[in-house]
Amino acid sequence: MTNASPNLIPMSMPGGKSSTEFGYHVLSVLVENKAGVLARVAQLFSRRGYSIYSLAVAPTDDERFSRLTVVVDLESVTLEQITKQLHKLINVIKITEIDPRESVQQELLLAIVAADTQSRSQIMELAGIFGAKVIDVGLERLTLALADTPDRLDDFTGLIKVFGIIEVQRTGRVALTKLARPSTRGGMNRGKAS
Amino acid sequence: MRITGAQALVKSLEMQGVDVVFGLPGGAILPVYDPIIDSPIRHILVRHEQGAGHMAEGYAQATNKPGVAIVTSGPAATNIVTALADAYMDSIPIVVITGQVATSSIGTDAFQEADTTGITMSITKHNWLIKDASEIPQVVKEAFHVATTGRPGPVLIDLPKDVSNQMMDWYWPDSVDLPGYKPNVKGHPRSISAAAKLIKEAKKPVFYIGGGVIRSGASAALKTLVEKCNIPVVTTLMGRGAFPDDHPLCLGMPGMHGTYTAITAMQKSDLLITLGARFDDRVTGKVSGFAPEAKIIHVDIDPAELGKVRRADVPIVGDVKLVIEELIEALDKGEAGELDYSITQEWHDQVKKWQEDFPLRYEEDPKDGSLKPQYVVECLSKLAPEGTILASGVGQHQMWGSQFWHFNDANTWINSGGLGTMGFAIPAAIGAKVGRPDKMVWAVDGDGCFQMTAQELVTASAERIPVKIALLNNAYLGMVRQWQEMFYEERYSEVYLSPDLPDYVKWAEAMGCVAFRVETPEDVIPTIEKANQINDRSVVIEFRTDWREKVFPMVPSGATNDEVVLGPMFEGR
Repeated sequence: MTNASPNLIPMSMPGGKSSTEFGYHVLSVLVENKAGVLARVAQLFSRRGYSIYSLAVAPTDDERFSRLTVVVDLESVTLEQITKQLHKLINVIKITEIDPRESVQQELLLAIVAADTQSRSQIMELAGIFGAKVIDVGLERLTLALADTPDRLDDFTGLIKVFGIIEVQRTGRVALTKLARPSTRGGMNRGKAS
Repeated sequence: MRITGAQALVKSLEMQGVDVVFGLPGGAILPVYDPIIDSPIRHILVRHEQGAGHMAEGYAQATNKPGVAIVTSGPAATNIVTALADAYMDSIPIVVITGQVATSSIGTDAFQEADTTGITMSITKHNWLIKDASEIPQVVKEAFHVATTGRPGPVLIDLPKDVSNQMMDWYWPDSVDLPGYKPNVKGHPRSISAAAKLIKEAKKPVFYIGGGVIRSGASAALKTLVEKCNIPVVTTLMGRGAFPDDHPLCLGMPGMHGTYTAITAMQKSDLLITLGARFDDRVTGKVSGFAPEAKIIHVDIDPAELGKVRRADVPIVGDVKLVIEELIEALDKGEAGELDYSITQEWHDQVKKWQEDFPLRYEEDPKDGSLKPQYVVECLSKLAPEGTILASGVGQHQMWGSQFWHFNDANTWINSGGLGTMGFAIPAAIGAKVGRPDKMVWAVDGDGCFQMTAQELVTASAERIPVKIALLNNAYLGMVRQWQEMFYEERYSEVYLSPDLPDYVKWAEAMGCVAFRVETPEDVIPTIEKANQINDRSVVIEFRTDWREKVFPMVPSGATNDEVVLGPMFEGR
């Protein structure tokens, strides 16, 4: 984990707000790993008029099941109705709403950044602060990879934008509930994961 | 035992207790049609795949058993899509088996290929594409389980041709493997107590009864509960017959074309005891103005229905029959005190006054001697033997059927409520007659609907399934005409069909039916009596009805249920 001071990070940029402020909810959906299951979930969202903000899917340790992490836009419909409709899909086993404060969330970002001889060292320094890796190097470009919380990816994107982003690709978040552990210092465990 | 996938499919249907399937063969399903020859299962050869789907629905609605249809791939699968969507909206358990091109050809735009599972994903409870013949018995068992349990609905099995031909070792599974599917059937005891308490306190309560009561076979239990509580009942379009129309507590149908009393009693009530109904927009009118003072008890087996349209004060997930029994027990135990009938007396008086002041009415003795469609339905109902099943298409005739037929038994009214599928009546009536050969089956149909699916009367004649069709011919797409008259300044756009093109009597006769034409009120009863005597062939009576007649009462679209339009019979009062 990096120890970057929070005041290094400009908080006012677009996308810098937390998910709940935007009316997003994160659902962790355990599904049977059967053909077409992703299509069923996606079609349910479109058929009922719900919008998906991001979606990540991969098999779990048990190959019979996959886990979908869906970030849903709750402008038009209640979370309750979405989860109930999702539950009606025969292949959906379990749905957990992930509370941002009670969960760990990670997302992967790949970014190609313009990097001439002058800016290259600055970019690498910034990457170092955020714990991003340089995974590809060209004459005038660098490709960076960063796995962190979605907020931190927003911050990082905002900073490297100054140098010129050629292309950026994010995976959508994956999330798991935080582990229970005895709290020794009151509410400190409820702080932001960083 | 080594058998083919096709044999395994037919054998699985037999194991599942299927006695009849509706279908039409074709290329990709050919292997399945060979073992059908040797099976005790009766196959009914339809003239269009949509007919097979609606017949399966009619069969299921009349018997509460799942209906089964088998068709081929591509266009056959798309032809049955309407029936799947219809069954999904009305929670009708049907199992549809479609052929598919060989697995090696899937995705290549092969001849008669369609993405059947993709197309039907949002209009089935679940569907399966079988990739290996060894899956067939397991999938069939699961398909019937899913279709008939929880909230019933349509399922589809897509079977590629090479899988049908593939050899497999026969087995019959002991259980289903559906880890994500466990419908909750028993109501939560705390909710039951809360509901019982609300029922005891209510001064203006109404039972709001939907199709779920029929699907769960809860009519008898409902009657016990209603009589115990002494509370008036409305039955929705899908719930007609769940509670007898002849019962003094029955107020008839609510909603857009419901009785004034049913609509208004719901609107003014302080408690709606909602059993197996879903606050459909045709019932609620403008939702924000619906039953503003009512608390809501909402019982449904589908949790997603609770709070979907109207927040429930007491939501109960469960099989409505079990929940009714639990409610009866809770009331008997007197948990929240004894039932006090005196607190609802004023309400009963009010309801009775509405019934006396605003009954269903039509011009019974028109001066011009025209034939009123309502009169036809009334006569049909009076002359029908007890327990007669009435199927219906969609439109004005459907509303008159629901309003003027007396439904006293569950499973005797078969119509397309949610999807509103024109042409539903004839195939649904045939399916119902196949399921209940002991009962007389009438269909009330319109001229627009008749022209959509009449060809299935050929099926009825060929398969010796005698049904009776009352064709209310007003030479118009009547419901659309009514809306154009009332809301589009009488600008009639594309609604005229002509009274005698086609010649319905000749057409019906050409399809092997006995056919009559009735043009005057005097001929109605004698002709219906004649039709009721004919048991070996299908009968079509074409009634030339008054095209000016509109369906009333009516709550205009977008209005609240306070704004009931009673129609010309109440003008000047």
